[in-house]
Amino acid sequence: MCVTQALEVSSYLEFTPDGTAIDAAFVTGSLNEADQNAVEEALALTDGDGEVVLVSAGGDEAEEALRAGLTMGAHRALRVPLSPAELADSRTVAAALSQAVADEQPDLVLTGVQASDTGGQSTGPALAAAADLPWATVVRSLGSDGRTLTARREFEGGVSELVQVDLPALATVQVGANQPRYGTFKDKMRAKKAEIAVLTPVDLPTPRVVLTRMSPNQAGGRTVQMVQGGPAEVAARILSIVREVQ
Amino acid sequence: MTRSLVVAEIVDGAVSPLTAEAVSAAASLGGDVVLAVVDPDAGALAAQAALAGVTEVVTVTAPGTDRDHEQMLHAVEALVADVAPQVVVAGFTIRSTAWAAALAERLDLAFVPDVVSLTAAGAEITAERSIYDGRVRAEYAFPTGRPVVALVRAASWPPAEPAAASATRALDVDLPPSRVRAGELTRPSGDVDLTGSDVIFAVGRGVGSEENIAAFADIARRLGAGLGASRPIIDAGWLPAVHQVGQTGVTVKPKVYVALGISGALHHLAGMQNSKTIIAVNTNEDAPIFGYADVGAVADIHEVAEQLQALL
Repeated sequence: MCVTQALEVSSYLEFTPDGTAIDAAFVTGSLNEADQNAVEEALALTDGDGEVVLVSAGGDEAEEALRAGLTMGAHRALRVPLSPAELADSRTVAAALSQAVADEQPDLVLTGVQASDTGGQSTGPALAAAADLPWATVVRSLGSDGRTLTARREFEGGVSELVQVDLPALATVQVGANQPRYGTFKDKMRAKKAEIAVLTPVDLPTPRVVLTRMSPNQAGGRTVQMVQGGPAEVAARILSIVREVQ
Repeated sequence: MTRSLVVAEIVDGAVSPLTAEAVSAAASLGGDVVLAVVDPDAGALAAQAALAGVTEVVTVTAPGTDRDHEQMLHAVEALVADVAPQVVVAGFTIRSTAWAAALAERLDLAFVPDVVSLTAAGAEITAERSIYDGRVRAEYAFPTGRPVVALVRAASWPPAEPAAASATRALDVDLPPSRVRAGELTRPSGDVDLTGSDVIFAVGRGVGSEENIAAFADIARRLGAGLGASRPIIDAGWLPAVHQVGQTGVTVKPKVYVALGISGALHHLAGMQNSKTIIAVNTNEDAPIFGYADVGAVADIHEVAEQLQALL
């Protein structure tokens, strides 16, 4: 079960002096949304009969993600330390995570479909290849009889396909696949004190991808014009724009 | 000169429109562009692959469906060995992301998803992505000189124009059977077709409850507009899947898109950001959707709905 922290940035932001990251003062982290769905799927599939082990690659932010997953009810957590530079390359991340897969020999590896902040959808397929597991992406409605995983894969345009993969296998869980449970305050306290094992990565590949520069972006390339006034003014404005094209 | 391999995306027996944009991205690097078509009927589809900028079309006849990512992985592995490209380009879609990072892992290539800009200076490739809700532009370099697999975002390059057919050849690939067994395929049903609407009113989480949707459906109906929704509304079962706009829903480009109580998650933006005029109403002034809107309002969508109903 692989998790990560997703970052939300404020509307005003500043970058670190070397220009390759956002200054920590302008970001807040939380367990990535799709990963919450993946943890929920793992807990539902094991349902008291089995173990859910979390792994995350990275530094303090990875540890926070793991504690959030432990609060939900996962049994154990491992962290593989990686630097921000190493995290920029899906191959390095996959190599680090595959060490945990080799150590733990799980029946099923789940990841979220993508990180909501940087959205690459790469960790799952890269890890599947690194660990030599069959995989399916963007799935929901997971079921297992202990030998075969059955799931529904989603595609663009509302198309979905029922797939079966023999275990051990990997699947990336779609955002919104379920209602993730929240832990209680007691769960949170327990997760806070839980021991998180650190797995030292060996033989990591040199990153093939390097983030060289970040700059503020005009999101979507549009400049928004805000309507002043109350709901009546907003409604009138919407109506006039709609009627113009009809 | 950068030699590129573009992997065509096949959806339901046709080359997807994003393929022409991927060709454009590859051609802008200024070298040979080899376009690969992998399909049970690859030979016949090659005609659809006649696009400006393509120097050669290579077909791989493969028995599986266009959703078989393991088959694609093995076919593209063979294509990379055959073509020896410096850059492999495909669209950033669910089908491509299922195999592309695995390909990079197996062949020791660099991988960069959701690319909005791609440039070459000599042998050096640079890619740009738009991340953190589009608030940050990030630039990537590939220092080891290994070939780069780049998945390009839709509507970031103009589509390559149809052109006279290029030289076409077939590549024989021995494909191992896929370990993923495909079963029943489901398509959205219903008489709703949002892609034909000039105006779409779309509701998101901000609608609050299933009962509240009726007011927005009424406004849309009275204005002859389509009713769209973001993913959480569909997941909650408040509207059938045919209303979903976004990555796993429909992609729409209406003249006017009115996003009501929609924060602007990546998934949703992928399906509507190319609309002509975008209006966003949300109570959260920091909602990412405002970065993609032409007209915005920080307001309660229920109060706006009441006013709209009063005006109609």
